[in-house]
Amino acid sequence: MSGSGTAHVARMFADLRAAGRKALIVYIMAGDPTPQATAHLVPRLQAAGVDLVELGFPFSEPVADGPVIQAAGQRAMPHMHSLDAFFKLVRGIRKDCDVPMIAFTYYNPIFRYGEERFLRDAQAAGLDGAILPDLPIAEADQWQALCRAQGMAAIFLEAPNTPDDQARLIAQASQGFVYLVSLKGVTGSSKNLGENLAQRVRRFRAISDIPLAVGFGISTVAHVRQVAPLCDAVVVGSGVVTRLAEAPDAAAGEEAVLAYVGELRAALDHL
Amino acid sequence: MPAQPDGTPSREGYFGPYGGQFVPETLMGPLRELTAAFKQISDDQKFWTELRGLLKHYVGRPSPLYFAERLTEKLGGARIYLKREDLNHTGSHKINNTLGQVLLARRMGKPRIIAETGAGMHGVATATVAARFGLECVVYMGAKDIERQAPNVARMKMMGAEVRSVKAGSATLKDAMNEALRDWVATVDNTFYVIGSVAGPHPYPTMVREFQRVIGQETHAQILELEGRLPDLLIACVGGGSNAMGLFAEFIDQPQVAMRGVEAAGEGLESGHHAASITAGQVGVLHGSKSYLLQDAHGQVQEAHSISAGLDYPGVGPQHSFLHDSGRVTYSAIEDGDAVRAAYDLSRLEGIIPALESAHAIADAMNVAPLMGRDKLIVVNLSGRGDKDLHTLMAANPYGEEQRP
Repeated sequence: MSGSGTAHVARMFADLRAAGRKALIVYIMAGDPTPQATAHLVPRLQAAGVDLVELGFPFSEPVADGPVIQAAGQRAMPHMHSLDAFFKLVRGIRKDCDVPMIAFTYYNPIFRYGEERFLRDAQAAGLDGAILPDLPIAEADQWQALCRAQGMAAIFLEAPNTPDDQARLIAQASQGFVYLVSLKGVTGSSKNLGENLAQRVRRFRAISDIPLAVGFGISTVAHVRQVAPLCDAVVVGSGVVTRLAEAPDAAAGEEAVLAYVGELRAALDHL
Repeated sequence: MPAQPDGTPSREGYFGPYGGQFVPETLMGPLRELTAAFKQISDDQKFWTELRGLLKHYVGRPSPLYFAERLTEKLGGARIYLKREDLNHTGSHKINNTLGQVLLARRMGKPRIIAETGAGMHGVATATVAARFGLECVVYMGAKDIERQAPNVARMKMMGAEVRSVKAGSATLKDAMNEALRDWVATVDNTFYVIGSVAGPHPYPTMVREFQRVIGQETHAQILELEGRLPDLLIACVGGGSNAMGLFAEFIDQPQVAMRGVEAAGEGLESGHHAASITAGQVGVLHGSKSYLLQDAHGQVQEAHSISAGLDYPGVGPQHSFLHDSGRVTYSAIEDGDAVRAAYDLSRLEGIIPALESAHAIADAMNVAPLMGRDKLIVVNLSGRGDKDLHTLMAANPYGEEQRP
């Protein structure tokens, strides 16, 4: 495996930048519909051209998520209720593939588990970092410091209404990449991307050259073509989760997702 | 760093270790804007003059401080006064806060109001003030609450508010708040989120307390006029805790005044079916602030259970958590059955039908008053009236048709 934690993520972005390629980041909910299905899917996502997987851990109060990912969390919750179950799944996936993996969840399960213990156990299981959408930098002094000490990627979100002074702090606090939220809204929100995206990316680029992923509301090849030239990575979540949810069974869901991811990859490689 | 004795947050938005702003980045800007606007009106006499005028002529304040003579006689201990927030326009203390926040929304130029509601009292109070000022109003309410609080749903609709049913999770107050937050993330430019309790991210716990402080300010003046001294004990129910903070805030720096916050013990603390966040929860983060929280060992938030929809919330305002740890306020918990019995007793002894939420405070007063001398004074915050609960109360009558307590 090519390093772990922040180094693993940084290596991925450095390699892609050197090759002049864009990263495809896919979000899936761990355990949706089953842990076995997730474990089966992740290595195949990598083979289909996914560069980094955001692995959702279900939380009972997903305030940043729209209906698609809320429903995925409810499907996953019965067998993915604890971080122990989550780490067990991650360990299984790590035996089969070295794709960078970032946990995407909310702060309370980690606060309850213990931030330091979480980072240690997450790293041991094979995760490279975490995104906590309800932990803004103002509340994340300790989290940032612990992530840095552990060499784990702490990824913070930048919003359409984040002022420049805060954007600078977000860039400084983040390790691995910054997640630029394309629109005001929850995940899977919109058929249209946020306004002034190009202008926002340019403004952010003037502040920092940390790798930049754009997400929320990106689901089509057209979106990918529009967004990818601006940034280092596009994040697709609800589009993937919808295909898993609408398939008659896990195998059909995986097939639909891989076909979809293949289209997005092709679009990214022919910008 | 500890909070100031008067409850002023120590570092921005914190009461000791509790509070904060645990929200998506998109809400940080609007919260900064709101904090600045609230600071601006805090010493703007024009704002408070307008608010006081509305509280007097529209809400009907000051609400009476009423000596509950027959209840006092029956219990045979401390003299019990009731702060009659149930007599406010819309029937509860909630309108004190919605008036303040909607006036602030107008100042900030926000034409659209959203709110969450549990029992429906905050939703009604928000819809009322939105109608009064001609603002668009959307109220999020759990599907389960819509069913058990039908009269309040009708009142909101009558005043032109849109009531959106929330079916996710436990379909109660916490889920309504999740959905309101999701709405706000997408609509921050034109929307003001009127939170109904001393919960949520900073500045809400402080702002809502300040708009509810009028309860304690009036009580302070009224008890001095009636008894010539301050009360020995204040009692108020605590769900998120806004009526309690409104009463307590004015007395926190008066050490001779004891205080009890009463949580909902539901079917009993041992049953696991309750809403007693402070009494039986652990510290966690929900809806933007760190506070005591009902959660399992894995940090998943648990569903609260209470016969009273307004107390059916797994969290509690961060200042209450601080006041619990510091020992300044004692928190107790009352079971469903005892709250129902207290509602019947108050109705039949005083001709006052309390909200089931407030009945928890009455039940606690009935427990402690007999243990106190006849020369002692208790003020119970009667936070709301019971019309909305009649269906539940009829179904749960502990006395049968004719019997009197």
